[in-house]
Amino acid sequence: MSDLSTRLSSRTAPYRAVLASRMRSQRSHRASFRVDLLSSVLVGVVELAEVTVLYLQVDRIGGLDLAAVLLVFAISDTGFSLADMVAGHCDTIPTYIRAGTLDVFYLRPQPLLLQLMTSDLQLRRLARASVGVAVLVVALVVNDLTWDAATIGLLALSLVCAPLTFAALFVWAAGAQFFLVDGAETTNAFVYGGRYAATQPATVWSRPLLVVFGFVFPMAFTAFLPVVTLLDLDGASRLGLPDWIGWTAPLAVVWAWALAALSWRLGVRHYQGGGG
Amino acid sequence: MRDTGRVHWRLLVAGFRRQSTYRLAALGGLVANTTFGFLKVAILFAAVRAAGGELEGYDIGAVSAYVWISQAMLGSVNLNGRTDLAERIRTGDVAVDFLRPVDVQGAFVATEVGRSLFAFLPRGLPTLTIGVLVVGVPAPDDVAAYPLGAVSVLLAITVSATTVYLLATAGFWLVETRGLQVLYMIVSGFFAGLFLPIWFLPTWLYAVVSATPFPSMLMYPADILSGRVDGGGALLHVLVQAGWLVATVAAGQWLTRSGRRRLEVQGG
Repeated sequence: MSDLSTRLSSRTAPYRAVLASRMRSQRSHRASFRVDLLSSVLVGVVELAEVTVLYLQVDRIGGLDLAAVLLVFAISDTGFSLADMVAGHCDTIPTYIRAGTLDVFYLRPQPLLLQLMTSDLQLRRLARASVGVAVLVVALVVNDLTWDAATIGLLALSLVCAPLTFAALFVWAAGAQFFLVDGAETTNAFVYGGRYAATQPATVWSRPLLVVFGFVFPMAFTAFLPVVTLLDLDGASRLGLPDWIGWTAPLAVVWAWALAALSWRLGVRHYQGGGG
Repeated sequence: MRDTGRVHWRLLVAGFRRQSTYRLAALGGLVANTTFGFLKVAILFAAVRAAGGELEGYDIGAVSAYVWISQAMLGSVNLNGRTDLAERIRTGDVAVDFLRPVDVQGAFVATEVGRSLFAFLPRGLPTLTIGVLVVGVPAPDDVAAYPLGAVSVLLAITVSATTVYLLATAGFWLVETRGLQVLYMIVSGFFAGLFLPIWFLPTWLYAVVSATPFPSMLMYPADILSGRVDGGGALLHVLVQAGWLVATVAAGQWLTRSGRRRLEVQGG
């Protein structure tokens, strides 16, 4: 057992060293760090406003009321912020490719994806997640929840699955960047469009949107479907899905990561090097 | 006077041409604009239906027009605050711009407007076409909406350029304006009416929003072209836009002059 833990600690040592250096470097520029923190929180607040303003106008949209949509927003936004912190900067690959610096990553004895993830881990993104967590607390109070094992289990499950699904989306996008060096906005359409979609009730979507953001990129599984199962709303049945569908969020994680792994593999294999 | 006009025209054409080399980027922009367009249509249609067919003066047709016109303009108005000029001020390269016999603000705005006008070809028109074909966008009742709308779009593009110019000139004092630019990006989209028509906002927030130049960059031309306002209302929108143009140009001139005195060239 102690053998295993020493092995584990020696294997993770390089990552810990890199991460600690990132933390220190960000704390050293205090003024810009504060502006960054402030803007990160503001992003969250504006996104919350976009969603809630509409629900203040009418009682229900797509079967959700304001309280329910707060819960959907909280889970998807927390999930997206955490994933963004860990994997969001992976889509800077085109910058590395253009500058020819991606080749440097290949020379180091660490997996490429892990190096990319630890290359720009930013503390300010935690501030972004704090908006989601704050809304989550409010949402858990204002919704009429019976606190039993099923409620806690489903909440915990969705809070684990949402960041994993979004992280897979970032990795998928990073893999696609190898092909679309100049077309980053194409993947952004699905990454940021996916974030936007995840805060909406899937019941308002047209068929094609349901295919793209319900199943290909399983955004409906991050928050909407777990919430309608949790609150016992008719959202799932409106889509022709069973009411327990919220419990299948882990399947969405598996599917999303399969897609991400494929995209990343193809991308890395496609990359020919910057020459030099 | 005629010479300066010709220089600015050339810069405008150069901005237009430069943009035409990024074809894949333009296609990416089109995919992003239409994807968000469909998502916005879904939620706003549902909201209007939930309100009984009309919400703050918007019916289904008006919402569709708002979504697709604003998505089509998105590639042409600068709502992210990013400019080459900010970088040139940071590094001190802007000193070279001051040596040229062309007004720095005028040159920047002409190039920006050229770039923005080009964006209508690969991004704006196809986005609108997809919206018209797939979702359906009603035409405005009043034919005057077209010429007035065209003027309004041009004003929107120019106001967005003169406003991001102000943002960049903050660099004369702050040097690093990246944080400011991120703040700008967050506020401008929301205030310009990118996510929701600003008429949906609570009264107090609407009052704050209308005291900024942001609605002039997107909401007002969308209102005119969708036929939500016509006649006197449309004319008033255009006048407000023109007012913001004059104000931002004047502020830009003043900031450029005082910034030039502050300018410390890094190295060399």
